Amino acid sequence: MKKIKNILFVLCLLPLAAFASGVEVKLDHAPIQTTDKLSLQRGAQTFVNYCLTCHSADYMRYNRLRDLGLSEKQISDNLIFTGQKPGGLMHTAMVKKEAKLWFGVPPPDLSVIARSRGADWLYTYLRQFYRDDSTATGWNNLVFDRAAMPHVFYQLQGEQSLKVEMVDDGHGGKHEVKKLELSKPGTLTKTEFDKQVADLVNYLVYLGEPAAAYRVQLGIVVMLFLFFMLGLAYALKHEYWRDVHH
Amino acid sequence: MGKLMDWIDARLPVTAKWKLHLSEYYAPKNFNFWYYFGSLAMLVLVNQLLTGIFLTMNYKPDSSLAFASVEYIMRDVEFGWLIRYMHSTGASMFFVVVYLHMFRGMMYGSYRKPRELLWLIGMLIFFVLMMLAFTGYILPWGQMSFWGAQVILSMVGAIPVIGEPLKDLIMGDYMLSDAALNRFFAYHVVTLPILLLTLVVVHVLALHEVGSNNPDGIEIKKNKNPETGIPVDGIPFHPYYSVKDIVGVVGFLIVFFGIIFFAPEMGGYFLEYNNFVPANSLQTPDHIAPVWYFTPYYSMLRAATVNFLWIDAKLWGIILMGGSVAIFCLLPWLDRSPVKSIRYKGPYFKTALTLFVISVFVLGWLGTKTPTPLYTTLAQIFTVVYFAFFLLMPWYSKIDKTKPEPKRVT
Repeated sequence: MKKIKNILFVLCLLPLAAFASGVEVKLDHAPIQTTDKLSLQRGAQTFVNYCLTCHSADYMRYNRLRDLGLSEKQISDNLIFTGQKPGGLMHTAMVKKEAKLWFGVPPPDLSVIARSRGADWLYTYLRQFYRDDSTATGWNNLVFDRAAMPHVFYQLQGEQSLKVEMVDDGHGGKHEVKKLELSKPGTLTKTEFDKQVADLVNYLVYLGEPAAAYRVQLGIVVMLFLFFMLGLAYALKHEYWRDVHH
Repeated sequence: MGKLMDWIDARLPVTAKWKLHLSEYYAPKNFNFWYYFGSLAMLVLVNQLLTGIFLTMNYKPDSSLAFASVEYIMRDVEFGWLIRYMHSTGASMFFVVVYLHMFRGMMYGSYRKPRELLWLIGMLIFFVLMMLAFTGYILPWGQMSFWGAQVILSMVGAIPVIGEPLKDLIMGDYMLSDAALNRFFAYHVVTLPILLLTLVVVHVLALHEVGSNNPDGIEIKKNKNPETGIPVDGIPFHPYYSVKDIVGVVGFLIVFFGIIFFAPEMGGYFLEYNNFVPANSLQTPDHIAPVWYFTPYYSMLRAATVNFLWIDAKLWGIILMGGSVAIFCLLPWLDRSPVKSIRYKGPYFKTALTLFVISVFVLGWLGTKTPTPLYTTLAQIFTVVYFAFFLLMPWYSKIDKTKPEPKRVT
């Protein structure tokens, strides 16, 4: 027990000393518009076809997708492949134990992934896979080195390979710049693929907080009411304080 | 109606207490902006209690269900997202208003005689509030909940002699586990709220005994109308300040709901991004940072890097961190100035207070960063500035060139 405690303690102090791990990569800005329902619908389609095979979205119910302007029938017919009811949670078909065996770590749940990673990270990550024969999956990623996840969109995007260039940093030294090049084209052009990933990221952002759109809508009404109240409250105070002389 | 009131008053002094604490409680007429934050703290307290009750209806204090139950509240509970954001934003705003409330006291000398005990009770409230924030932050059982708690608990364990058993007693286990989560839930929803409510009542009773201070730092009770016995510069709390506080309340709600509806994460400061990852005891996050209201103290904890006087650096860090909060309790006896309010204090005090505020902000900012040698040196310098404000006060406040206080409030 003492040993475990010591290990835990060392573990919890580690980050205080260690520098942020991982290579700093400039993230691309995710061109998403959460009010664009068609984009969200396309994202949902990509999500159930690609992501949901291995990942789950265990906190999300299928019929919540009515937010995206779909009917319950449309959801059942087009988006549910697991035979679940529309009121069911978006579970994955993959068994967690087996997934752990195959990938080393079970694929994380994606319900709130956009809230922990951020849209820009996801948008960059999903487009930065490259061929790397030294890894177990044969794929590596510029944003997430040695990610356990293989490149699931390789048929769409094609295969990228890594090019390392030495660039003059302007202070007499040189530093490495990593670039990806398309070595084998996929079924989509770069623009089409970027658009598809953007739609998916848009959906993931929605998935992180389905109430967000309504939150902003309601917020505007509440703000208007509060500003009206402020005027009223100030007028009341002014009236009561008439007889107080400074 | 009058008869009913007589009947009640004969059995319970409702009218008398109403007069004592509201309609005939005389407060100085010159309260300014800074005097909103006491009533606002009370408003946030009520907000936390009410939203907290609704959250407990759906939250599950179980290490395998807690994270999912919070997301259930966010998605499936009717207006659950609003209740949860009101509670999480309320926690941060509680610290905002309490820090401003304390700063008011420091500017106008509200801790000075005869309000020393009032100040000490206020400090107790602050300690309980910090414990509430800490225990509450554990409940969603995200990565930051888990690892933040791990850091704090390891500090409890580092207290000499009693540390380890105290830590085990707090957790109810030898490590942070389901049993510990259950305990923290009990502290957060029962023990600490009862303590907090009691202390707030005592705080208000103590205030109404000695009377409110004001921006001039003079006692309005020294100048009473000889016929009525009412302070000439006093006005009844109700209706004057009750209607004025409504303006403060609505102004506050605009900020509060502005955050809730348009930026509930507040850029990762109110809800940390890493806390949207479920707790994993086998995976330490790259960077553990507490929520913003604890970052100044966290900086001071990390600023101690050398062993000194048979005490190792880690324990010094804990002493500094504990000391940085506890030292506020000594303020009533550290201040030797002949005047209370900053309006009549001299340049030494004004400079010292400015440096103190700067050090709090710098330390707070450093607490959110991964330490580098430069940051650690900065944290050490500003830790010294922070403590110097208190420890040198007996001297600089005494030799400071003060202005004479007015006879009446201005």
